[in-house]
Amino acid sequence: MAVVSTEQLPVKAEPDVVAARRRVREVSSQIGFSLVDQTKVVTAASELARNTIIYGGGGTMKVETLNGPRSGLRLTFEDRGPGIADIDMALRDGFTTGSGLGLGLGGAKRLVNEFEIDSRVGEGTRITITRWK
Amino acid sequence: MGQYLLVTIQVDMHDRLAMSLQDDLTKMISETETRGVLIDISSLEIVDSFIGRMLANIAAMSRVLDAETVVVGMQPAVAITLVELGLSLPGVQTALNVDKGMELLQSSRNGNREMYGGRFN
Repeated sequence: MAVVSTEQLPVKAEPDVVAARRRVREVSSQIGFSLVDQTKVVTAASELARNTIIYGGGGTMKVETLNGPRSGLRLTFEDRGPGIADIDMALRDGFTTGSGLGLGLGGAKRLVNEFEIDSRVGEGTRITITRWK
Repeated sequence: MGQYLLVTIQVDMHDRLAMSLQDDLTKMISETETRGVLIDISSLEIVDSFIGRMLANIAAMSRVLDAETVVVGMQPAVAITLVELGLSLPGVQTALNVDKGMELLQSSRNGNREMYGGRFN
Protein backbone atom coordinates (compact mmCIF):
# COMPACT_ATOMS: atom_id res chain seq x y z
CA MET A 1 0.00 0.00 0.00
CA ALA A 2 1.33 3.40 -0.96
CA VAL A 3 0.22 6.85 0.05
CA VAL A 4 -0.51 8.72 -3.17
CA SER A 5 -1.29 12.14 -1.77
CA THR A 6 -1.44 13.86 1.59
CA GLU A 7 -2.93 17.13 2.67
CA GLN A 8 -3.87 18.67 5.96
CA LEU A 9 -6.84 20.87 6.83
CA PRO A 10 -7.48 22.90 9.97
CA VAL A 11 -10.41 21.78 12.13
CA LYS A 12 -10.70 24.65 14.55
CA ALA A 13 -14.07 26.29 14.09
CA GLU A 14 -17.52 25.32 12.86
CA PRO A 15 -17.06 26.38 9.21
CA ASP A 16 -14.07 24.00 9.10
CA VAL A 17 -16.48 21.08 9.53
CA VAL A 18 -18.28 22.13 6.35
CA ALA A 19 -14.95 22.57 4.55
CA ALA A 20 -13.79 19.15 5.76
CA ARG A 21 -16.98 17.51 4.49
CA ARG A 22 -16.58 19.21 1.12
CA ARG A 23 -12.94 18.16 0.71
CA VAL A 24 -13.64 14.55 1.73
CA ARG A 25 -16.49 14.47 -0.79
CA GLU A 26 -14.19 15.73 -3.58
CA VAL A 27 -11.38 13.32 -2.82
CA SER A 28 -13.62 10.27 -2.36
CA SER A 29 -15.32 11.07 -5.63
CA GLN A 30 -11.91 11.37 -7.39
CA ILE A 31 -10.93 7.96 -6.00
CA GLY A 32 -14.10 6.60 -7.57
CA PHE A 33 -16.09 5.68 -4.48
CA SER A 34 -19.74 4.83 -5.06
CA LEU A 35 -22.24 7.47 -3.99
CA VAL A 36 -23.17 5.45 -0.90
CA ASP A 37 -19.52 5.02 0.10
CA GLN A 38 -18.86 8.72 -0.47
CA THR A 39 -21.81 9.56 1.74
CA LYS A 40 -20.63 7.19 4.47
CA VAL A 41 -17.10 8.55 4.62
CA VAL A 42 -18.25 12.19 4.43
CA THR A 43 -20.69 11.56 7.29
CA ALA A 44 -17.99 9.87 9.38
CA ALA A 45 -15.68 12.83 8.71
CA SER A 46 -18.40 15.25 9.76
CA GLU A 47 -18.89 13.46 13.09
CA LEU A 48 -15.17 13.27 13.83
CA ALA A 49 -14.43 16.84 12.76
CA ARG A 50 -17.17 18.10 15.06
CA ASN A 51 -15.77 15.99 17.92
CA THR A 52 -12.31 17.43 17.28
CA ILE A 53 -13.71 20.92 17.84
CA ILE A 54 -16.16 20.26 20.67
CA TYR A 55 -14.14 17.79 22.73
CA GLY A 56 -10.61 18.32 21.48
CA GLY A 57 -10.64 22.11 21.37
CA GLY A 58 -9.72 22.07 17.68
CA GLY A 59 -7.06 20.28 15.67
CA THR A 60 -6.38 19.01 12.18
CA MET A 61 -7.64 16.54 9.62
CA LYS A 62 -5.11 14.77 7.44
CA VAL A 63 -6.43 13.41 4.13
CA GLU A 64 -4.47 10.62 2.46
CA THR A 65 -5.32 8.77 -0.69
CA LEU A 66 -4.01 5.22 -0.76
CA ASN A 67 -3.02 2.94 -3.58
CA GLY A 68 -2.09 -0.70 -3.67
CA PRO A 69 -4.14 -3.81 -4.16
CA ARG A 70 -7.09 -1.54 -3.37
CA SER A 71 -7.39 2.20 -3.41
CA GLY A 72 -8.76 3.95 -0.41
CA LEU A 73 -9.04 7.05 1.69
CA ARG A 74 -7.49 7.53 5.09
CA LEU A 75 -8.45 10.41 7.37
CA THR A 76 -6.63 11.30 10.57
CA PHE A 77 -8.15 13.66 13.13
CA GLU A 78 -5.74 14.95 15.69
CA ASP A 79 -6.13 17.29 18.63
CA ARG A 80 -4.23 18.27 21.73
CA GLY A 81 -7.30 18.33 23.91
CA PRO A 82 -7.98 16.61 27.23
CA GLY A 83 -8.02 13.11 25.74
CA ILE A 84 -10.58 10.38 26.30
CA ALA A 85 -10.46 8.70 29.71
CA ASP A 86 -12.55 5.64 28.83
CA ILE A 87 -12.45 4.80 25.12
CA ASP A 88 -14.80 1.80 25.39
CA MET A 89 -17.37 3.99 27.07
CA ALA A 90 -16.88 6.77 24.49
CA LEU A 91 -17.55 4.31 21.67
CA ARG A 92 -20.80 3.15 23.19
CA ASP A 93 -23.94 4.44 21.48
CA GLY A 94 -25.78 6.97 23.56
CA PHE A 95 -22.84 7.86 25.77
CA THR A 96 -21.83 11.51 25.67
CA THR A 97 -20.11 14.00 27.91
CA GLY A 98 -21.45 16.80 25.71
CA SER A 99 -24.90 17.70 24.50
CA GLY A 100 -25.03 15.49 21.42
CA LEU A 101 -26.69 12.15 20.82
CA GLY A 102 -23.63 10.10 21.66
CA LEU A 103 -23.55 8.57 18.20
CA GLY A 104 -20.52 10.32 16.77
CA LEU A 105 -17.67 7.96 17.59
CA GLY A 106 -19.51 4.64 17.43
CA GLY A 107 -21.44 5.76 14.37
CA ALA A 108 -18.30 6.92 12.55
CA LYS A 109 -16.71 3.55 13.32
CA ARG A 110 -19.60 1.70 11.70
CA LEU A 111 -19.33 3.80 8.54
CA VAL A 112 -15.73 2.91 7.70
CA ASN A 113 -13.64 -0.21 7.20
CA GLU A 114 -10.88 0.57 9.67
CA PHE A 115 -11.02 2.66 12.81
CA GLU A 116 -8.14 3.37 15.14
CA ILE A 117 -8.15 5.54 18.19
CA ASP A 118 -5.18 6.66 20.21
CA SER A 119 -5.91 8.94 23.11
CA ARG A 120 -3.95 10.01 26.16
CA VAL A 121 -5.51 11.90 29.01
CA GLY A 122 -4.03 15.37 29.17
CA GLU A 123 -2.24 15.02 25.82
CA GLY A 124 -4.80 14.62 23.08
CA THR A 125 -6.57 12.28 20.73
CA ARG A 126 -5.80 10.86 17.32
CA ILE A 127 -8.46 8.99 15.37
CA THR A 128 -7.66 7.35 12.05
CA ILE A 129 -10.33 5.99 9.74
CA THR A 130 -9.89 4.19 6.44
CA ARG A 131 -12.44 3.40 3.80
CA TRP A 132 -11.43 1.09 0.95
CA LYS A 133 -12.88 1.24 -2.51
CA MET B 1 -49.87 27.27 1.11
CA GLY B 2 -52.14 28.47 3.87
CA GLN B 3 -51.75 26.43 7.01
CA TYR B 4 -48.67 24.58 5.85
CA LEU B 5 -45.03 25.60 5.84
CA LEU B 6 -42.57 24.32 3.27
CA VAL B 7 -38.91 24.53 4.25
CA THR B 8 -36.35 23.68 1.59
CA ILE B 9 -32.81 23.22 2.82
CA GLN B 10 -30.49 24.07 -0.03
CA VAL B 11 -27.10 24.57 1.54
CA ASP B 12 -24.65 22.42 3.45
CA MET B 13 -25.52 23.77 6.87
CA HIS B 14 -23.00 24.38 9.57
CA ASP B 15 -24.21 23.64 13.07
CA ARG B 16 -25.18 27.13 14.11
CA LEU B 17 -27.25 27.61 10.98
CA ALA B 18 -29.09 24.37 11.78
CA MET B 19 -29.80 25.64 15.27
CA SER B 20 -31.14 28.95 14.01
CA LEU B 21 -33.39 27.14 11.52
CA GLN B 22 -34.83 25.23 14.46
CA ASP B 23 -35.47 28.45 16.37
CA ASP B 24 -36.88 30.36 13.40
CA LEU B 25 -39.18 27.53 12.47
CA THR B 26 -40.72 27.02 15.89
CA LYS B 27 -41.25 30.77 16.14
CA MET B 28 -42.95 30.82 12.76
CA ILE B 29 -45.18 27.85 13.62
CA SER B 30 -46.56 29.59 16.66
CA GLU B 31 -46.90 32.99 14.97
CA THR B 32 -48.66 31.75 11.85
CA GLU B 33 -50.68 28.94 13.46
CA THR B 34 -49.16 26.47 11.09
CA ARG B 35 -50.68 23.00 11.22
CA GLY B 36 -48.08 21.20 9.18
CA VAL B 37 -44.41 21.57 8.25
CA LEU B 38 -42.74 19.98 5.25
CA ILE B 39 -38.95 19.93 5.35
CA ASP B 40 -37.45 19.18 1.96
CA ILE B 41 -33.94 17.76 2.37
CA SER B 42 -33.49 16.51 -1.20
CA SER B 43 -30.49 18.84 -1.64
CA LEU B 44 -28.75 17.55 1.49
CA GLU B 45 -25.83 15.27 0.65
CA ILE B 46 -25.45 14.02 4.19
CA VAL B 47 -27.42 13.92 7.41
CA ASP B 48 -25.11 13.44 10.35
CA SER B 49 -26.08 13.09 14.01
CA PHE B 50 -26.30 16.86 14.45
CA ILE B 51 -28.66 17.46 11.53
CA GLY B 52 -30.58 14.33 12.52
CA ARG B 53 -31.05 15.67 16.00
CA MET B 54 -32.22 18.99 14.58
CA LEU B 55 -34.87 17.23 12.45
CA ALA B 56 -36.05 15.21 15.46
CA ASN B 57 -36.15 18.36 17.59
CA ILE B 58 -38.18 20.27 15.02
CA ALA B 59 -40.65 17.37 14.81
CA ALA B 60 -40.97 17.19 18.60
CA MET B 61 -41.30 20.95 19.08
CA SER B 62 -43.85 21.36 16.32
CA ARG B 63 -45.89 18.50 17.77
CA VAL B 64 -46.04 20.33 21.07
CA LEU B 65 -47.20 23.39 19.11
CA ASP B 66 -49.94 21.27 17.49
CA ALA B 67 -48.26 20.99 14.10
CA GLU B 68 -47.09 17.90 12.23
CA THR B 69 -43.69 17.65 10.56
CA VAL B 70 -42.87 15.53 7.55
CA VAL B 71 -39.31 15.27 6.24
CA VAL B 72 -39.32 14.69 2.50
CA GLY B 73 -36.89 13.89 -0.29
CA MET B 74 -34.13 12.11 1.58
CA GLN B 75 -31.60 10.73 -0.89
CA PRO B 76 -31.23 6.92 -0.75
CA ALA B 77 -27.50 7.12 0.03
CA VAL B 78 -28.31 9.43 2.93
CA ALA B 79 -30.93 7.02 4.27
CA ILE B 80 -28.52 4.07 4.10
CA THR B 81 -25.83 6.04 5.89
CA LEU B 82 -28.19 7.37 8.52
CA VAL B 83 -29.32 3.91 9.55
CA GLU B 84 -25.75 2.64 9.69
CA LEU B 85 -24.79 5.64 11.76
CA GLY B 86 -27.39 4.47 14.26
CA LEU B 87 -29.89 7.25 13.77
CA SER B 88 -33.48 6.15 13.37
CA LEU B 89 -35.09 9.58 13.65
CA PRO B 90 -37.73 8.50 16.18
CA GLY B 91 -40.93 10.47 15.91
CA VAL B 92 -40.04 11.92 12.52
CA GLN B 93 -42.48 11.20 9.70
CA THR B 94 -40.97 10.93 6.25
CA ALA B 95 -42.27 10.86 2.70
CA LEU B 96 -40.59 10.39 -0.65
CA ASN B 97 -41.35 13.83 -2.03
CA VAL B 98 -43.22 17.06 -1.38
CA ASP B 99 -46.47 15.79 -2.96
CA LYS B 100 -46.51 12.63 -0.87
CA GLY B 101 -45.57 14.61 2.22
CA MET B 102 -48.44 16.97 1.59
CA GLU B 103 -50.85 14.04 1.27
CA LEU B 104 -49.53 12.69 4.55
CA LEU B 105 -50.10 16.01 6.31
CA GLN B 106 -53.60 16.38 4.93
CA SER B 107 -54.58 12.82 5.74
CA SER B 108 -53.30 13.03 9.29
CA ARG B 109 -55.31 16.23 9.74
CA ASN B 110 -58.31 14.26 8.56
CA GLY B 111 -57.51 11.57 11.06
CA ASN B 112 -56.80 8.67 8.74
CA ARG B 113 -53.08 8.51 9.09
CA GLU B 114 -53.13 4.69 9.01
CA MET B 115 -53.70 4.78 5.26
CA TYR B 116 -50.19 5.96 4.70
CA GLY B 117 -46.85 4.55 5.74
CA GLY B 118 -43.87 6.79 6.00
CA ARG B 119 -42.89 6.57 9.61
CA PHE B 120 -39.12 6.24 9.75
CA ASN B 121 -38.37 3.83 12.57
